[in-house]
Amino acid sequence: MLSSAILLGPQRKVPIVRDAIATLVPRDDRRPLVAVTAGWEERESEDQELREHVERPLVNLEVWARVERIFERDRELLLAMRQRHDTLRAVQELYRLRLSGLMDPARELLRRTGDEALLAPERHDAMAMVRALDQQHMRRVAEIHAEFEARWRPHERAAVQREKRELQRFLQSASCLLLAGGHVSVLLHRLRLFDLFGLYGDRPVIAWSASAMVLAERIVLFHDDPPQGSSHAEVMEAGFGLVPDLVALPHAKKRLLADDTLRVQLFARRFAPALCALLDDGSRLDWRGARWRAAAGTRRLTESGGVEEIGA
Amino acid sequence: MSKVPANPLPPPPDGDVVQQLEAAVRQGSGALQKFVADTEFPHVRGRSVTFLYCGEAQEVTLHHWIHGLPGQLPFRRIQHTDCWVLQIDLPARSRMEYKLGVAMFGRGTLLRDPLNRHTARDPFGANSVVYGEGYAPPDWCVEDPEARKGTIEDRHVDSPVFGDWRPIRVYRPARFRETRRYPLLVVHDGFDYLSFANLQTVLDNLIHRLEIPPLVAILTQSPDRMHEYAADPRHADFLVKDLVPQMERILPLVPQPSARALLGASFGAVASLSTAWRHPGYFGKLLLQSGSFVFTEIGDHDRGPVFDPVVKFVNEFRKAPGRPSESVFVSCGVYESLIYYNRSLVPLLQETGMQVRFREANDGHNWENWRDRLREGLSWLFPGPLWLVYE
Repeated sequence: MLSSAILLGPQRKVPIVRDAIATLVPRDDRRPLVAVTAGWEERESEDQELREHVERPLVNLEVWARVERIFERDRELLLAMRQRHDTLRAVQELYRLRLSGLMDPARELLRRTGDEALLAPERHDAMAMVRALDQQHMRRVAEIHAEFEARWRPHERAAVQREKRELQRFLQSASCLLLAGGHVSVLLHRLRLFDLFGLYGDRPVIAWSASAMVLAERIVLFHDDPPQGSSHAEVMEAGFGLVPDLVALPHAKKRLLADDTLRVQLFARRFAPALCALLDDGSRLDWRGARWRAAAGTRRLTESGGVEEIGA
Repeated sequence: MSKVPANPLPPPPDGDVVQQLEAAVRQGSGALQKFVADTEFPHVRGRSVTFLYCGEAQEVTLHHWIHGLPGQLPFRRIQHTDCWVLQIDLPARSRMEYKLGVAMFGRGTLLRDPLNRHTARDPFGANSVVYGEGYAPPDWCVEDPEARKGTIEDRHVDSPVFGDWRPIRVYRPARFRETRRYPLLVVHDGFDYLSFANLQTVLDNLIHRLEIPPLVAILTQSPDRMHEYAADPRHADFLVKDLVPQMERILPLVPQPSARALLGASFGAVASLSTAWRHPGYFGKLLLQSGSFVFTEIGDHDRGPVFDPVVKFVNEFRKAPGRPSESVFVSCGVYESLIYYNRSLVPLLQETGMQVRFREANDGHNWENWRDRLREGLSWLFPGPLWLVYE
């Protein structure tokens, strides 16, 4: 668990990273900031706007490019990671199949009115089944990762160690770690390959969008109105668990039907007691090792099916 | 408008719009003008649509392209006025394109509805369009200021198959990079898709929304579509032997069938399917909109000689479909005469082992129907990273 972290909404239109840095890093701290923009994938190096915004020396850790270099040098690891990727995708598909069978009845039970004495235990049990499935899925994915680690020992491989040594040097001399959003799976797996938080230790972190998701105990994928397929939120897998009791929901205004009371109820109850925090433009959540503190305008989903502001 | 005696009774507040119109007529031309100005025409309530035409005429008719209805529906003149009305049934979420036929002194003129601000353009001009209850043009086909814009480049491609140079347009997605590999969408009547189905805006928006991955689209436009798109084997060879190989040399494309798609409407859909049939497995994805898949079970067809090669191809295809592609999205408007042929095609496609999705729409054979189906078709064929990217 981190002692101090700040989670932010998307930074493209309303950048507030600079303010967050000012909270965690004294102005006279000359050490550079380090940034991970691996979630942007091949656009990783296009960080000019971020550099201009923060107005401090910044080193991009080039995590995406480093992994690409590793893949060039270590084809065996590349193939193994691809195979794991395919397995994870297949497992997610199977989980999704089971989830749809549980979510529709759970929603219907919330919708129904009638004898509460009959309905309440059914709702409770339906929700417990959804939660149990989420837990099973996280365990299954953790097993896949454990099998992968045991078989391929990525941290011991020369190509990985070489990049890790360089990363460690940058991380040790950094004042603060900035983690940009982007592709949540790419971020999670590439950061894990380098055990980046192990290298960095318990020092200040500022993360936004997808990176805020990966810091939490579990990563919840969501979109209430996709053009295809089910719109049930899915647990992807465990995150790094560096901030507690949180489900981070970036771009909530675009992705969540917040006025759908049943949908909001279902979501908030499913992940209770975690704080289901909407990370929209301008949202900010500060973690100082004991509790969350939200900036004005930051909102959360409530178990009664509403959205409420939690900012000071 | 003719002057009629005033009627002291106010129009029924929530009654039939024609009754209200007639009540206004009885009140005088001022009331009528005010009523027309205050009421949106065509007036849509539930499934009932009321059209109004005000002007001198001997006959007014509604010209539409809804299969199964008489092609011209006559308006009724409101007594003692130059106002003509017509009420028709239009199911929810429908779109209907139409023109008004106004006859004077034995001469008829086709014109767009002067009271209707909605129009739909096509290569022949523009029609008026009425939206049934519950229909609105989708937001993803309207320019989104937040969406980064792709680019369109005019090029020519050398075609040994046809022995000429063909104009094409290349759509590159926003933030295009030479170092990345992109899926390829080849579009028949591509210039028309740009002009009449907002294709560039649609692609920009769907990519921005992560509903499809960034892709390259090659927009083709045949100089003789009624022949070349009519299952002409040269056209299939042009795509497979000339166009795609040249594009793969100059653009960073994923050189695999699963990353190649063909899109076409009407004869363009015939060209897409016949190309995939003649070169099975080369294009992994097909998006067929209102395909002119006319076939015959017995005897000859009645669609004119331009359909001869189409019918020949579809009949052959029905006998031996093979497995032209991996997945195919088929759409058709239920107001088109082609709906029968498209519905007939679907089980046949399913039997080939291809993944098939079929969508019907309450719409006709027109560009906005094809535009409105692009989101579902493209995002099904090329699912984007919507669930995984949170920037």
